[in-house]
Amino acid sequence: MNLDFSDDQKFLQDDAKKFFDKEGGLNNARTVMDNALEGDQELWQKIVDLGWTGIRVPEKYEGLGLGHLELCVIAEELGRSLAPVPFSSSVYFFTEALIKFGSEDIKSNLLPKLVSGDVVGTYGIAEDKHQATESNLVVTVESEKINGVKIAVPDAGVASQMIVVVKSNTGTDLRLVDLNDASVKVTQQKNIDTSRAFFKVEFTDTPSQLIGASGEGWDHIQHLLDQAAVLFAFEQVGGSQAALDMAKAYSMERFAFGRQIGSYQAIKHKLADMYIAITLAKSNCYYGAWALSSESAELPLAAATSRVSATKAFQLCSKENIQTHGGNGFTWEYDCHLFYKRSKVLSVLLGSEATWKEKLVTSLEKTNTLVKE
Amino acid sequence: MDFNDTPEQAKFRAQCREWLEANASLKESKSSGHSDSSLENHLQVAKAWQQKKYEAGWAMLHWPKEYGGIEASPIERIIWGQEEAKFNVPGGIFEIGLGMCGPVMMQYASAEQKDRYLAPMAEGKEIWCQLFSEPAAGSDVAGLRSKAEKDGDDWIINGQKVWTSGAHYSDFGILVVRHDPDIAKHKGLTFFFVDMKSPGITVKPIKQITGQAGSGSGFNEVYFDDVRIPDSQRLGEIGDGWKVAITTLMNERLAVGDAKGSDIEEALILSKTQDDAGEALIKNDSVRERLADWFCQANGLKYTKFRTISALSKGEAPGPEASITKIVSANKLQEIGNFGIDSGDMAGMLIDEDDGVSSFQGAWLGAPGLRIAGGTDEILRNVIAERVLGLPQDPRADKGLAFKDIPTKA
Repeated sequence: MNLDFSDDQKFLQDDAKKFFDKEGGLNNARTVMDNALEGDQELWQKIVDLGWTGIRVPEKYEGLGLGHLELCVIAEELGRSLAPVPFSSSVYFFTEALIKFGSEDIKSNLLPKLVSGDVVGTYGIAEDKHQATESNLVVTVESEKINGVKIAVPDAGVASQMIVVVKSNTGTDLRLVDLNDASVKVTQQKNIDTSRAFFKVEFTDTPSQLIGASGEGWDHIQHLLDQAAVLFAFEQVGGSQAALDMAKAYSMERFAFGRQIGSYQAIKHKLADMYIAITLAKSNCYYGAWALSSESAELPLAAATSRVSATKAFQLCSKENIQTHGGNGFTWEYDCHLFYKRSKVLSVLLGSEATWKEKLVTSLEKTNTLVKE
Repeated sequence: MDFNDTPEQAKFRAQCREWLEANASLKESKSSGHSDSSLENHLQVAKAWQQKKYEAGWAMLHWPKEYGGIEASPIERIIWGQEEAKFNVPGGIFEIGLGMCGPVMMQYASAEQKDRYLAPMAEGKEIWCQLFSEPAAGSDVAGLRSKAEKDGDDWIINGQKVWTSGAHYSDFGILVVRHDPDIAKHKGLTFFFVDMKSPGITVKPIKQITGQAGSGSGFNEVYFDDVRIPDSQRLGEIGDGWKVAITTLMNERLAVGDAKGSDIEEALILSKTQDDAGEALIKNDSVRERLADWFCQANGLKYTKFRTISALSKGEAPGPEASITKIVSANKLQEIGNFGIDSGDMAGMLIDEDDGVSSFQGAWLGAPGLRIAGGTDEILRNVIAERVLGLPQDPRADKGLAFKDIPTKA
């Protein structure tokens, strides 16, 4: 039994943690928020320089050729520091889509540029404020041209390439689009977490290339969502732990009625519940990491379990961190709101908790044995 | 990342398996187990199985070699436990002796006492119990009031213990009592072992919430009425009782793990089979949502355990993650039991031993006890907060007071 990361992977995580601390930790997210930026370009460039954009990219495309487990440990640190960079859009999603479904031409053209940071990629699924399903897609491809509008697209302001889920005459396709094309209009949308930027992307007869098999785009996107869910879950665990650490530190220094508030059971039990939620989420994430890295058929169940568990943990920890801080927690000055807002964005970005619970139970319905001993 | 044994572990597992296959029969299903009609019958079968294990060297793997163990590593104990659990063999009788009483005797008893008591304990010939909790000392167990008074070379014990598992069939017990109420709470305690057949000991099985007594966990009240214990049966110095008890309780904490009983698998099977207005329950959205929550908890606990085993497997000390196990599993059991009963709708309260719901009723009735035994939910949250997260202890109203001056009522 070895449900653990390797020493090298732990070393990488430790490096990542030190890197984000050195680069200013939460201050980066705060700066983006205070100045209404689309992301932290300087931090992103340093991440590119560290080679993290190429972790999963095979060496023949100038990447490091490592596995998903390396991405998991970095994801946890991105989550802990709330780094305002397009890593999830470009690395968990876009790069993975090309590695898995891209043609040789597309891979040799784009993967080296993703590694070097010359290209940032993103993806678009949502079209309206409801759960996206295969049957309610409106954006359409015909004769390679896309028409329609995607919303809540992360990082489209800094990305130059995008995977778009569209209705085609064979069903659903994944299409690759150049966001610099004159036919594309990108407009930033207001959102609750201004340390991240989301966009409306309008296509008018926009040229596109097929990624993967025509008609199988919905299955492809589900697989990509499952993979990304595990990595997002690690981010959520990192964020949860940071929120708990913050609540703990405050409960030790704040006095009320002549004693540290952390000596009251009302606070202790709150923090213990945060620890319990994080521990469950983290263990589920290890299961997700195993399924992801071993390309297990259990990935849909493991991904949904990681995601639901981590979503619950981050939302609990971020809201109870505010509560522990009392009035201070409600101010702009204290960092509590950064976690609260990020936890909410991460909880919907890949689909709501209800959507993923439904995926989880659908997987369970297909399984007869649950216990692997 | 993988779930495989190392070559040495695989070899050990094969040895366990080989012996078990030659000496016991496999369970037919995961949940089927040993069910004996009477306690006497169960004890007889359990003692015979323990004897068999003892003769083959499987009885107390973790014990030192000088007392007949093989000094098995934690991972080897886990492997043995995983394999033994697949077989239809009796359990639940010797764990307290081998896990708690044996180690404390090894540490504190005289050489002659060790010679006299350890082998029969390991062989299953003598059963041991643990006498700590009292009616007025549960979570605050150091507040116990049973008295020990010195009389020549003996001590005279008076008082009452409670929640003593197996006292009604035990031959010996370990006991912590108060020798001095005039000094601070933790300082006035002394530790002994006692012959449960001593004159003055009365054991009364507790009739539990389930209506049963002497079965299930088999809790008892134990009354001490001028019970005489020779000073030679004192374990540790006079006044060291708390220190000795803590060592024992640490062993208990390792022993109390998952709440057994209805879990996500049973809930899922029930949801797929139980009719709900013409459709399977699992088609109901509120059921689906709860199944997802329970699966996240059950799966999270399972992989938490795997993380602990992984650390042990590498010879590392496990992290504190296992501290969440009982609090999560006992509450989950209560919810799933509740769900199972609800599935019967208007007739959910009816007991029919043969239907799929009676095990959920059992889980629901047993769960409140599991939320208390081995540390209440509240104490366990304190433990997580103080020992894992490092938050300050509660200010204590009894600090610095002589035991007799500690308030006991408003």
